[in-house]
Amino acid sequence: MSGHSMMRCGEFRTDYKSDTTIFPTPRSRYAAIAGVLFLLVAAPFLNPYYLNLLIQIGYYGIAALGLNILVGFTGQISLGHAAFFGFGAFASAWINNTTGIPVFLAIPLAGLMTTAVGLIFGIPAGRIKGLYLAIATLASQFILEDFFARAEWFTGGTYGSMANPVSLFGYELDTEQSFFYVVLFWTVLMFVLAANLLRTRDGRAFIAVRDHYLSAEIMGINLTKYRILSFGISSFYAGIGGALFAHYLGFVSAEGFTILLSIQFLGMIIIGGLGSVMGTLLGTAFMVLLPEVMEGIVSNLQWLGSGVSEALVYIKEMAIGLAIILFLIFEPDGLAHRWQMIKSYWKLYPFSY
Amino acid sequence: MSESTPIIDVRDVTLTFGGVRALVDVSFQVGAGEIYSIIGPNGAGKTSMLNCISGRYSPNQGSILFRGRDITPLRPNDRCTLGMGRTFQNLALFSHMTVLDNIMVGRHHLLKNNFLTGPLYWFSGAQKEELAHRREVEDIIDFLEISHIRKAVAGTLSYGLRKRVELARAVALKPDLILLDEPMAGMNLEEKEDMARYVIDLNEEWGMTVIMIEHDMGVVMDISHRVMVLDFGKKIAEGLPAEVMADPYVKKAYLGEEIEEDGTTGKKEAEVTEI
Repeated sequence: MSGHSMMRCGEFRTDYKSDTTIFPTPRSRYAAIAGVLFLLVAAPFLNPYYLNLLIQIGYYGIAALGLNILVGFTGQISLGHAAFFGFGAFASAWINNTTGIPVFLAIPLAGLMTTAVGLIFGIPAGRIKGLYLAIATLASQFILEDFFARAEWFTGGTYGSMANPVSLFGYELDTEQSFFYVVLFWTVLMFVLAANLLRTRDGRAFIAVRDHYLSAEIMGINLTKYRILSFGISSFYAGIGGALFAHYLGFVSAEGFTILLSIQFLGMIIIGGLGSVMGTLLGTAFMVLLPEVMEGIVSNLQWLGSGVSEALVYIKEMAIGLAIILFLIFEPDGLAHRWQMIKSYWKLYPFSY
Repeated sequence: MSESTPIIDVRDVTLTFGGVRALVDVSFQVGAGEIYSIIGPNGAGKTSMLNCISGRYSPNQGSILFRGRDITPLRPNDRCTLGMGRTFQNLALFSHMTVLDNIMVGRHHLLKNNFLTGPLYWFSGAQKEELAHRREVEDIIDFLEISHIRKAVAGTLSYGLRKRVELARAVALKPDLILLDEPMAGMNLEEKEDMARYVIDLNEEWGMTVIMIEHDMGVVMDISHRVMVLDFGKKIAEGLPAEVMADPYVKKAYLGEEIEEDGTTGKKEAEVTEI
């Protein structure tokens, strides 16, 4: 993390405004804007298979960003993120089905409902830390899973519930192409909001609570408030991600929101980089694409014979676990850190000293 | 509030940890504008005293008044908003944040933007507020001469610089009373001289009242207005630096000398000044 305070040649900052930007250099800002513009223009021409992957990266990325604010920035652990993701999915479908509020409004409302639930489950977080908190959040995972299975008025019970597609001005955005724009809008919005949060007062307070809670308290930060608030914000992101998930698939069932998905969310932020907004997106992309890439490799190795290819199917399953282990060993700071290293290498190339 | 109200008024504070009596009926007052030092051997209860004032520990008995108001039940974060800042003996910086962000955390209670207005950076006035405070933080950075490391990650800095960043963070709180826990520990002579100058400037130019724990007797004698000596949790002396150093009980606590019947120690004055 050190050593990146160096500025690029030819860059002179003459006011504080240009020194407090989201992106480290103007060039990286232009690159990000260009990337979004490219996706806007290219979406209609992309294969639905790729759009599907991008949409997955979008809604999982939003939820993972919430988890990163909680785990990476505030230093609280949560093993129940999938349950909040699921709650957002059911809540959005329920709001739309029972009240008739249009889906594009039901999504943020579902986010707020999930926030309320997250704040309730976050109350223990104000008092306990570490492994004890992990167990408490595990409880929230199972309580919510049970709630999904039993609360038929809300979730449709074991049958699940239908979620209408997003419709805007009479158009139903039910194709991959059209829904992609919805997800892109929310992803950009949520990531910009998070980046802004983290460069203002309450974002700094989260990091302060993580790094040294005793001195954070002396600096005027109310520990209980910020620990619970972090849970609330994290749940809001999970709720938005879940709602997008629901309206994309059109059907929500309780089976999808198990602890396995919670662990996958943790995997995304560990691989991407704890405490990094951009790393969240990289980690999510990695976790979404890894099974696809492994699938491709396995199907290309069929010629090895049936016995080998059967074993390869299991290798695909194990690859995710292996990836997390390898990252913990070789790149504990995640893809975001690796990206920084590559950038600082090229910044100085060929004079690496 | 009259001129004579002390900024801090500690009344009969007793603090025990199980059977250990860390502080026993300690009382003292610090007037506005003073540099007040607390000295004493290791384990005398100096840091416990600061922790009681800043709210880390709550005393078993007694009360602490800040400008005449009883703050004993207040949490540390509430005391900070009243105008109290502190540094720690063992460094307590936010080690993954930059120096600048560390100091900006000190502005926490002065900033108004929150988790709703902060994300709407450009539209809610959060940007304007952040930049205004950045300007003030830069004044502190200039004053403490740490402008060359403002973008460095705090955890990577040397010990002396970290101490200085910690002081900057406490100053950023805009406190009326600043508590310094061994600001010069582990520093070389030059760094100590710098730090002593900062403490004096904070007191004289920035108008802060200073309560300081320090082991370097030379510094304590030179810059403090008044000194209190703790030993085994008890206050054994208080007064002007020279008076305190001449006190036979202080010599006993520091040098382990026997007190003779006439109230003096057997040693010559020359040796005492070398403590």
